[in-house]
Amino acid sequence: MSTQPVVSLRGVTKSFGAGGVTALQSIDLDVLAGEFVSLIGPSGCGKSTLLRVVGDLVDATSGEVVVNGKSARQARRDGDYGIVFQDAVLYDWRTVAKNIALPLELLGWGKARREKRVEELLGLVELQGFGGLHPWQLSGGMQQRVSIARALSFSPALLLMDEPFGALDEMTRERLNGELLRIWEMSGSTVIFVTHSISEAVFLSTRVVVMSRRPGRIAALVDIDLPQPRNADTREEPHFFELVTEVRDRLREGGLNEESTAPGEGELVGEGTP
Amino acid sequence: MPAAVVFFAAIVFWEGAVRIFDIQDFLLPAPSDIVSTLRSDWEPLWSAAFFTFREAVAGFVLGCSAGFLVAAAIARFRLLRSAVMPYAIAAGAVPIIAFAPITNNWFGVTGMSSKIAIAAILCFFPMLVNTMKGLTSVPTSSIELMRSYAASELTIFRRVRLPSSLPYVFSGLKVCTVLAMIGAIVGDYFGGAPGALGVQIRRWVGIFAFDQAWAGIVLASALGILFYGSVAVAERLVMGWHPSVRGAGAE
Amino acid sequence: MADAAMAPARSPLLDPERVRRAAVNVGLFVAVLVVIWGVWEAFRAFGEATGLRLGQFEVNDRTMPHVHDVLGTLFEPSRRNGPLLVDILWDAARFTAKEAAVGFLLGAVIGFVLGALLAHSGLLQRGFLPYIVASQTIPILAVAPMVVVWVNPRMPPGLKDWGAVSVIAAYLTFFPVTINTLRGLTSVDPRALELMRSYAASSWKVLWKLRFPAALPFIFTALKIAAPASVVGAIIGELPASIQDGLGGAILNFNQYYITAPTRLWATNLIAALLGIAFFLAVLLVEKLVVRRAPEHVA
Repeated sequence: MSTQPVVSLRGVTKSFGAGGVTALQSIDLDVLAGEFVSLIGPSGCGKSTLLRVVGDLVDATSGEVVVNGKSARQARRDGDYGIVFQDAVLYDWRTVAKNIALPLELLGWGKARREKRVEELLGLVELQGFGGLHPWQLSGGMQQRVSIARALSFSPALLLMDEPFGALDEMTRERLNGELLRIWEMSGSTVIFVTHSISEAVFLSTRVVVMSRRPGRIAALVDIDLPQPRNADTREEPHFFELVTEVRDRLREGGLNEESTAPGEGELVGEGTP
Repeated sequence: MPAAVVFFAAIVFWEGAVRIFDIQDFLLPAPSDIVSTLRSDWEPLWSAAFFTFREAVAGFVLGCSAGFLVAAAIARFRLLRSAVMPYAIAAGAVPIIAFAPITNNWFGVTGMSSKIAIAAILCFFPMLVNTMKGLTSVPTSSIELMRSYAASELTIFRRVRLPSSLPYVFSGLKVCTVLAMIGAIVGDYFGGAPGALGVQIRRWVGIFAFDQAWAGIVLASALGILFYGSVAVAERLVMGWHPSVRGAGAE
Repeated sequence: MADAAMAPARSPLLDPERVRRAAVNVGLFVAVLVVIWGVWEAFRAFGEATGLRLGQFEVNDRTMPHVHDVLGTLFEPSRRNGPLLVDILWDAARFTAKEAAVGFLLGAVIGFVLGALLAHSGLLQRGFLPYIVASQTIPILAVAPMVVVWVNPRMPPGLKDWGAVSVIAAYLTFFPVTINTLRGLTSVDPRALELMRSYAASSWKVLWKLRFPAALPFIFTALKIAAPASVVGAIIGELPASIQDGLGGAILNFNQYYITAPTRLWATNLIAALLGIAFFLAVLLVEKLVVRRAPEHVA
């Protein structure tokens, strides 16, 4: 891991509306290259908002955001990150292959180069042969894999993921967790991952950021020192349970018991929410 | 209020353009001329417009209720539905207005009935299609919930299908106001009562009384807008809860 | 929702399930046709037997000709030693189709451009939309004579007589296209817009790669309404323009002789209906080829 943080936040605050809700309060955070950082917290704690501030999809009210040594806006313009939402957001009118190629088209890549890269990515997410199908012909888990492939298509340094497996059943989720770790290792990117599942956060991350309830502050940072590579057995280890308990305790301290880490109602996500 | 601004700007522009370019009288008279004609000839203009308006409304009521009732009756029977739908849609593709001479032959040229019939037929099919779509676009979970309360089919219809079909029904009603007016006015072209607006406009055009013709047109449009508007108001009253009426979910 | 791979194997065209469903659909279609025919003849028989009257309406050969008589008329000449009715109507239909097609294209393009402009600017939308809606309340037929006088002299030689009719057809066409283009371009998933923003895509790219393809289903819905509307516009438009060669002229003509030969007017209506349906099916066909979307799951 290099010393220069990939993402650096200083005093980031976000309020909505005049005299309105404060979603984030004075966030200070550094994310180093190669880390897998999870953001976890009760509903409405602003974790998705924080992700969007990093991605320059939402403007911070105050504070400094540096991504890859540049302003968040510049980093977005330069294509320094890929983003995956809870909803796969695939275009029904494009095949799987064309969906993955979308950012590459926008970047002006030539056809041959695009096709080659799409083949690589299909292999990476283990969807070889599915390139010619349409999104509605795939299961939810497969659609998310396409979404991940698309986010990685231009090999960004940073991957932002907003509860990507939230809509899937537990078994699919655990499988995709394992695959995500594999992909993370192979691509070497840095990941910021928003989730409401404590066990998912502990399983995937090198570090867990626990946020407090609104106004969102960083309540605790928990280092996850489980060995790599992790697999299904990791979930059975005693140390895994210790870490889960620790994260849960920090969450409680941060303001609420774990019932409120249930799928977000009223989670502030920033403008553009219907 | 951008719409109001556009309205006034358009009127001013219209008045100015007619005067400056000296546009021929019959092509497009100035708004001021139309207003003065409306004042001076209000009686014949209004009675003609109102006559036609009554035809349209009667046809609207007849056609829309028939369409609604038929749709409500067959919506439950899947086989019947899939049999009828393509025909209802195809009927929407048919130039029903071409049928006007036949209704004239059925009910007599000068009575209101033949135009009412045309307006009703024009309204029937879109209303049928829209109502059927509305009644069948209910999420299965809502229906299942009601079944879990052991609700009867009739109750389910009243409490779930009907309310959720309202957006489609109102959409259909709005379209039908326009269709009914068109049916009533255009039907006159194949022959109509002397007092009907379409016939009158033709007569005025024939004797070069363009001011009256245009005044008649403006009056017909105004009634059409009023008709459409009253359905829209009813929609707002009945369906205030719906996002499309609330104005949410725009870009 | 287990992550089971859906087999990418495509079912063959002659797969028994598809054939069965197609057969059922065709069967239903024919069945309804037969039922309608049956109801018609039954009502006719009933009406004649009981002397049914509704105001001036009375059931007889004039008001409700037999279906087979109407079909038979098509294959007889309408004038002594003249061509078969079906040939006359075929030519008339082609003429009207030409006017309608031109009007349709014109109206569709105008509608699309207008819709795109309104989608682009909320201000334009709030300012002009009410009037676009109101424009449909103007009784075109009343305005038609003026349109004819104004448009025809300005038409190039080939279109001199029927250009105005196309304009009238376009008038009936543009409205649904405008409204639906506007709706389609603006009802994009906000997440998809965020995604585009994350790629720092320009507005133009967003329009072309996201909004426009997303709007296609809406646009085609409008085109399916607009296509038959253009036929209606063409037929109606022929009347004030005193055009003899099209279906509008044929209707007026056979209306005059209704007393002596009612079946001819009915036959003309039949042809006009088929023309409208043909236009509709043409757009439907293009839609099937162009628009690929998830099959609809209706309750």
